[in-house]
Amino acid sequence: MTSAIPATTVEPVPLPEGMQGIVADWSSDQRAFKKVPWGKVMMWIFLVSDTFIFSAFLISYMNVRMSTTDPWPNPSEVFALTLFGKNIPLILIAIMTFILISSSGTMAMAVNFGYRKDRVKTFVLLLITAALGATFVGMQAFEWTKLIVEEGIRPWGNPLGAAQFGSAFFMITGFHGTHVTFGVIFLIIVAIKVMRGDLDRQTPGFLTGRKGNYEIVEIMGLYWHFVDLVWVFIFALFYLW
Amino acid sequence: MAHAEGQQLAAHAEGKTLVAHVEGQQHPIGIYLKIWGLLFVLSAASYLVDYFHFQGYLRWFLIIVFMLLKAGLIVAVFMHMLWERLALMYAILVPPLLLLVLLGIGALEADYTFLTRGIFFMKGMF
Repeated sequence: MTSAIPATTVEPVPLPEGMQGIVADWSSDQRAFKKVPWGKVMMWIFLVSDTFIFSAFLISYMNVRMSTTDPWPNPSEVFALTLFGKNIPLILIAIMTFILISSSGTMAMAVNFGYRKDRVKTFVLLLITAALGATFVGMQAFEWTKLIVEEGIRPWGNPLGAAQFGSAFFMITGFHGTHVTFGVIFLIIVAIKVMRGDLDRQTPGFLTGRKGNYEIVEIMGLYWHFVDLVWVFIFALFYLW
Repeated sequence: MAHAEGQQLAAHAEGKTLVAHVEGQQHPIGIYLKIWGLLFVLSAASYLVDYFHFQGYLRWFLIIVFMLLKAGLIVAVFMHMLWERLALMYAILVPPLLLLVLLGIGALEADYTFLTRGIFFMKGMF
């Protein structure tokens, strides 16, 4: 019976574009998001919820910073480092920013080579991304140690000024650092899957049992770019304000 | 019989669309490298805002512009939003606009708290 149907009889109807496309997609049966694997849609929806969490942190930080009557410690000086005998303001954070941006670039390349089924290049790029992420977390640990041990900054107060500085700083960067840490772990998992050829052989995953597919590299990429995106906002609003 | 055939046709059509989206987002490497470079330049620029001690509205303007440009580039190109269908684009990008309301409420409330704290601490001085 199946062989009686020639493969060429069904041509997919072209999807409408623009506003008409939105109405058609949302009012259609089965799936509103066309041409997107559902794993990717789910990641996007998770990222929207994460956006709300980080925004709540950043907005409450704005609230306490605007309402405090004590002077706010100057981040430019707090995060300065003495390099080669010179005191350079905010240099540690600048380096961390460049590291995270670099990791975003290598991640984008990994996704690209993944869809080309270039296993080795994808694996190497994913590992570089993970290494850069781990470096970022390491520098953050250094930064925290410096602030806690040398500057005496605590979540409930600090000798530099407004007590809210510590709580906002540890909460926001801590939550972001946790995201980076989990990202590094999953990057390594995805890299191993790529290298083993799980995605080429469509081996089911250990957690979801879904067939392996190079889409998971792109989904991993979405998460990683989001972590970078959040850092862009933290860098601008916490460190540069 | 015709019914069964129709079902098979539908399944076949579904299979075709499945094959179509498995191809994923494929773009030339060059665009990623260009955006990567641009992100580096923008990051350097926002660092220089601090380095040269720009203050006041100029500082705010530059920080926010560089921040939004970087965010836009990451979402549009690295996260492939530029090539998604409008239905997904709007579903993801419109809800966060609600946060502007929270931002406004937060700012209003902070000003009020600052004012009342000012009055409270002034009282203690006399």
